[in-house]
Amino acid sequence: MAEFQLPKNSRIGKGKTFKAPAGAKNIKVFRIYRWSPDDDANPSIDSFEIDLDACGPMVLDAIIKIKNEIDPTLTFRRSCREGICGSCAMNIDGTNTLACTKPIAEIKGDVKVHPLPHLPVVKDIVPDLSHFYAQYATIKPWIRTQSTTPPDRERLQSKEDREKLDGLYECILCACCSTSCPSYWWNGDRYLGPAILLQAYRWLADSRDEASGERLDDLEDPFRLYRCHTIMNCTKTCPKGLNPAKAIAETKKLLMTRRGI
Amino acid sequence: MNMRNPLATARGLGSAKEGVHHWYAQRASALMLIVLVGWLVFAMIRLSDADHAAASAFIAQPVNAAFLILLLVTLLYHAMLGLQVVIEDYVHHAVLEVVMHFLTRAGAFFGMALGIIHVLKLALGA
Repeated sequence: MAEFQLPKNSRIGKGKTFKAPAGAKNIKVFRIYRWSPDDDANPSIDSFEIDLDACGPMVLDAIIKIKNEIDPTLTFRRSCREGICGSCAMNIDGTNTLACTKPIAEIKGDVKVHPLPHLPVVKDIVPDLSHFYAQYATIKPWIRTQSTTPPDRERLQSKEDREKLDGLYECILCACCSTSCPSYWWNGDRYLGPAILLQAYRWLADSRDEASGERLDDLEDPFRLYRCHTIMNCTKTCPKGLNPAKAIAETKKLLMTRRGI
Repeated sequence: MNMRNPLATARGLGSAKEGVHHWYAQRASALMLIVLVGWLVFAMIRLSDADHAAASAFIAQPVNAAFLILLLVTLLYHAMLGLQVVIEDYVHHAVLEVVMHFLTRAGAFFGMALGIIHVLKLALGA
């Protein structure tokens, strides 16, 4: 059943406040979700006052500054700091996005930082993405062919066919879209979610792939695909500006086409 | 403790290989309802100051009786498909889910049967 309240051990309490150093003029407060599996405490929101004059422009810069200079126990994922690895996906100011490409200047008031919604939390802003990655594996995200591989060259693709992958291949699997989707919140155990469905369509749209039939067979399911109710949160939140909702709609169209309704 | 591989959980019971028909039927019935509700508005305006006999005579005309039966059936069918989605979305209780799916369908089909009989009674003057 849908739940309207967090379980008792997930309710968020008040956390610590870390004051800015004396003399700081350009202060911004970062309110960050904290939870550790190592004690029995409930999650809390810690407040960190940051002097923006001594900090980089992006939210990730501030979070790294906090870890380096204020609280080394703050735990988060990050790697490339340029929006290509997808590690630092988190909920900032109420929207799922990448901390490394989100300018602090875009946020009015305090900067609220939470882990991606509706996933188990490993620690602080690190969510458990095991199920998400397993769902990605279920779509067999690699080229599948029946014809024999050309012995002396790659499988070729016309420029027009290559263009059909634009808007799809750029997905970095950061999980911002899937974890913004209410349908994925309620039925994520079976619904594949926008990120995985966009990836599935990326192979359906690839002129070199020869397994469209099997791929559609695997997707045609009331839960795996048809839990998408075109809520469009996925497209709105995608930090790469992609359109998973369109990829899902195209998949539904392919299923109609092969039925010939 | 869950020792199952996450891939086993994600693959689950496999694909139902079903869903296109429901998706199409929900949209097709919605389109039909636009037309049929248009007819309903027209009929209600036509009958706004009619008495019982005039209204009965209007519905007894074959075209109007056909429209009314189609409206009843399409409306209940569309509502049934919609409620099915709501139950699938929100009711995650093995027994309750099955019972609610059954009641939704049974209720819709009963409503259709009852509606058709009433319109036919008027149309055929029984």
